[in-house]
Amino acid sequence: MKRFINSFQLMLGEKFVRPSKDTWTDGAKEMHAHKKTSDQVAIRRQAIKEEIAANHSSTKWKKRRWFSIILINLLFILSFQFDIQLVEGALTASRFIGFHMADLNSALQVVLAYKHMDINLIIGTVTVFLIWWVLGGRTFCSWVCPYHLVSEIGEILHLKLVDKGWIKDHPMDRRIRTVLYVVFAILAFGTGYTVFETISPVGILSRGLTYGASLALIWVGILFLIEVFYSRRFWCRYACPIGLTYGFVGSLSPMKINYNLENCLHEGECRKVCLVPHVLDITKMGYADDVSIDVGADCTRCGMCVDKCPTQALTFKIKGLDGML
Amino acid sequence: MNNDKKKVKKNPNSPASKRARREFLRACVAGTGITGLAMAGWLPVLAQTETPLRPPGAIDEKDYLASCIKCGQCVQVCPVEALVLGDAVDGFGIGAPYLDVRAQACDFSCDAVQCILACPTGALSHSVDKKEEVTMGLAKLTKPDNCLARRGQGFKGQARGAAFDGLHRYSEIDRWTPIKVSDHEYDLEICDLCVRECPVKNAIEMVPMSEVVGDKRMTPVVKEACVGCGMCEMMCPVEPTCIEIESGVKWGAA
Repeated sequence: MKRFINSFQLMLGEKFVRPSKDTWTDGAKEMHAHKKTSDQVAIRRQAIKEEIAANHSSTKWKKRRWFSIILINLLFILSFQFDIQLVEGALTASRFIGFHMADLNSALQVVLAYKHMDINLIIGTVTVFLIWWVLGGRTFCSWVCPYHLVSEIGEILHLKLVDKGWIKDHPMDRRIRTVLYVVFAILAFGTGYTVFETISPVGILSRGLTYGASLALIWVGILFLIEVFYSRRFWCRYACPIGLTYGFVGSLSPMKINYNLENCLHEGECRKVCLVPHVLDITKMGYADDVSIDVGADCTRCGMCVDKCPTQALTFKIKGLDGML
Repeated sequence: MNNDKKKVKKNPNSPASKRARREFLRACVAGTGITGLAMAGWLPVLAQTETPLRPPGAIDEKDYLASCIKCGQCVQVCPVEALVLGDAVDGFGIGAPYLDVRAQACDFSCDAVQCILACPTGALSHSVDKKEEVTMGLAKLTKPDNCLARRGQGFKGQARGAAFDGLHRYSEIDRWTPIKVSDHEYDLEICDLCVRECPVKNAIEMVPMSEVVGDKRMTPVVKEACVGCGMCEMMCPVEPTCIEIESGVKWGAA
C-alpha cells in the first residue's frame, strides 16, 4: 500500500525519496550488503567496463512498439480512406468493428463540460478503461499515441544536438502536469467547454491523419520544435493530462516492468533513455527496498529500459503469468 | 513523504536550489502558456455573430460543443461528405462538425440520419430519427432580385458549372449512389432548382408572382417543413446564391 501511494506521489510530481534502511526487506538488506563487498564491487566494475565496450543496446521492444503505433494509426486512416470500417473515428472516440471506444481523457472532458453521459459513451469508456487497466494505463502513451512517435523522433534529434553541445535540455518542475490536469478539469466543468481538446496534440494529430491536414497541426509542429530545441519530451513529461489519466487507470494493472536488484549493475543507462526517469530511481545504488520491485504507475511500458539493460535487471512481467514474456 | 527524515536546511544559493527555482519558473511559464492558448479557444466562439450550421440532430450550440467528443465518426458515415470538422480558427469548436452547404449540402442520401446514429455522445440527439424532424435552420431568399425564377428566366446546363465538386443523389438516376452535380445537366423553362432538388416534402414551393396571363415570373416560398439542409443553397445556379440557410433559426421565430 505504501509503495502504491509513493508511486502515485511520484507520478504527481513529487521527488523520489530514498527509503530508509530500516524499511528495507531482509532480502534487500542482504543483497545491498552483498553488493558492497569489495570483490562484488570489483566484479561489477569489470562488468560495466565490458558492457560499455560491447555497447549493449537492443531495439526489440522499440521495433514492436513503433509497429504498434503505426499499425493502429494506419487502421484509422485506412478505415476511412478505403472504407474498410475496422476502426472508425479518431483516437478521441471510435468504433472498433462496431464496438464503441472512447478515449478516457476526452470522455472525462465531455462529462465535466456536458455533465451528462450518453449510454454509448459509457460503454465506450468502460471498454477502454478495462483494456488499459489490464494492459497498464500509460501503455496507451507509448504503444498507441501518434504524438509519442513524433515526440520520440524529436527526442532522437534533441539528444543528437545535445551530444554535439549545440543545445542543452531544460527540465521543468514535474508538478506542473498535475496542476494542468486539475486546471483543465476545472475549466471543462466551469466553462462548459472541452477546453483541453482545443490544444490536445493527440486529438489534433489523430484527426489530421484520418481527415486530412488542418491548421491546428501547426501547434503540434511547435511542440515538436520545443522538444527538439528546448526541453526534452516536453509535452509527455510535463504537460499531457491524457498521460496522467491513463497513469491513474493503469496503476493497478497486472502488466508491469519489473526491477530485479540482484541483476542490476547500477550504471544508470536505463534512466538515460527513460521518458519518466523518476520511476527508475529505484535502480540507484541503495535505493531499492526490496529485491524485486514493480516499476510505478507513471511508467509507459515502452521497454526502452528493457532494451538498454545489459543484465536483464528490468523485464516485462504479467502478474500471475511470470516468465510469459 | 518521509516526515522522520532529517530536515536539512536548504541553502537558497546552492546549485540545487537554483536549479529547482529555474525548473519551477519554467514550469510556471509553460503552464500559463498552455492554459492561455487553450482558453484562447473561447475567443472565436465569443466572436461568432451566427452559430455555424450544425449537422442534423445537433443539440443547442453550447451543449453541442460541450458534448461533442471531436471524433468525426459522423463525417465518416455521410455518403456525400457534407460534414466538415472545425479547425484551430474555430477555437473550442475544433474537431466539431459543421456544414458549408454552398459547397456540399445534406441531401439525406443516407435515407436515415446516419450521422446521428454514429454520434457516440448525444451531441447529435437520437430523438431525431426522420429527416422531417431535423431543425438545422431555415432557408431564406436573401437576394430575391438575382433569382432567375423571379425574373421569369429558365436555366440550362450544369447547376453549378463543370468545376463544382458537390454531390447529390438523383433518385431517378441511381437510387443508391450520389453523383456529381456537374454530371447532371438541366434544361428548365423556369429555374426551379431550389424546389426541384429539395429533399423534404412541402418545404419550399414555386408561387406565381402575379395572376397576369403570360407573366412567367415565379418566386420560391419557404414553408414550415423546411429543415435547413441547404440543398436549395447548394443548387442555386446564381453566383452568389440567392437563397441561404440561416442556422439555428426555427419557424415562427423573428
